[in-house]
Amino acid sequence: MSPLAQLLEAALFSAGRPLTAEELATLDPDANAADVRVALEQLREHYDFNQHGVELVELAGGYQVLTRPVHAAAIERAQFSVRAPKLTAATLETLAVIAYRQPVGRVAIEEIRGVSAGGVLRSLQERGLIEVVGRSEALGRPLLYGTTALFLELLGMRDLAELPKAEELTIALRPHLPTSEGEDDAAAYVEAES
Amino acid sequence: MTATDTATLPEVPTTAFGAGFVVELEAFSGPLDLLLHLLREEELEIADIPIARIADQFLQAVHELGLNQAADYLDMASRLVRLKAQMLLPRGSEEDGWEDPRAELVRRLLEYQQIREVAVCLGRAADKRAEQFARGYLPPPPLLPPPPLTLNLFDLLAAIDRVIAGIPSPVLHRVVARPLDVESATRRIEDLLLDREEIRWLDALGSGATIVDVLSTLLALLELAKRGSLRLVQSTPFCPMVIARESPRPAA
Repeated sequence: MSPLAQLLEAALFSAGRPLTAEELATLDPDANAADVRVALEQLREHYDFNQHGVELVELAGGYQVLTRPVHAAAIERAQFSVRAPKLTAATLETLAVIAYRQPVGRVAIEEIRGVSAGGVLRSLQERGLIEVVGRSEALGRPLLYGTTALFLELLGMRDLAELPKAEELTIALRPHLPTSEGEDDAAAYVEAES
Repeated sequence: MTATDTATLPEVPTTAFGAGFVVELEAFSGPLDLLLHLLREEELEIADIPIARIADQFLQAVHELGLNQAADYLDMASRLVRLKAQMLLPRGSEEDGWEDPRAELVRRLLEYQQIREVAVCLGRAADKRAEQFARGYLPPPPLLPPPPLTLNLFDLLAAIDRVIAGIPSPVLHRVVARPLDVESATRRIEDLLLDREEIRWLDALGSGATIVDVLSTLLALLELAKRGSLRLVQSTPFCPMVIARESPRPAA
């Protein structure tokens, strides 16, 4: 490994969060962005080729050294580390709405989910997964929410472009109008019964 | 509903804060979720919901699950009952501009279903990420002052030169107190005018006058002229000024 790759490895080990390429570039005044990219690639290959227990992962716009999934169970059994608690359905749904519609206000979130969202929004904000990104021009100037880098970190995503694309989802968001006359309640009822 | 009624419903944990948020801890994350569940259970098309039947089932489910305190569920229940009534109204053909009252509900259900799908994806992504551990919790580094500057003596001297060059050259004034003596000049002019009807500027000035004396005399003359004690007369421009005694004016 090049001296720069070693330096980056040390820095990534020392930090408890993903470090961006720009941040890493400040380590060595003689290194430019391309040098850092090359060194990071070298580090990744080093971990992979020598079958290290950790790997270099790109997430939340930066790089982080993480243990490989294959060791998760053993580490957890020994209680050296615990996996992040599962997110509830309400939390995931709210995050999904915000991730796709950001910046989005509370009313729009509640409309889509059909339930009041105040409590979930507050807890998401406290956990740093969403943040207030502005105020709507609408009456009362309600707060608008967006997702944070921590959200991407939690999901192991590089950026928001990694979210499933709308066209990849089985149900497209196009207005569906029921078809013809004569197909009334009773008909559908019978159809369903058969 | 009274408090005792609430206590008899075993499904609803009786907390002091209403049951509104308890719903999220139950099997369904909201009325749309429950509705989707009912439709799926009956294998019904979202696009063509048998409103009458699903409304009844929704109300029943809300009742059975003990969700009837949650405003969100009651809101949906009332919408369904209203839709059920609307569907019973006689309707014209589509050319008459009949709009399916279910359209809005269908749109919401489809939208919600998509969000559910995304939520599942997010949940899967989070689970996958949870399989990998980063370094344990590290306290965030304290805010440190910026690192010390690294520079050599010449850089420093050059910087000092730049700073000094930037200083504007100072404009200095020396202020010397030279008090004008208007009072004695006034007295001198008054004395002169007691003896003579008219005097000239040079008479008033006296011999060996300094710049201060000139200014003092000028101010004294102007002051006296203003008071009406004398008149300043100049017959033609640039000719010597005549200072004439003014007879006291009669009181106005």
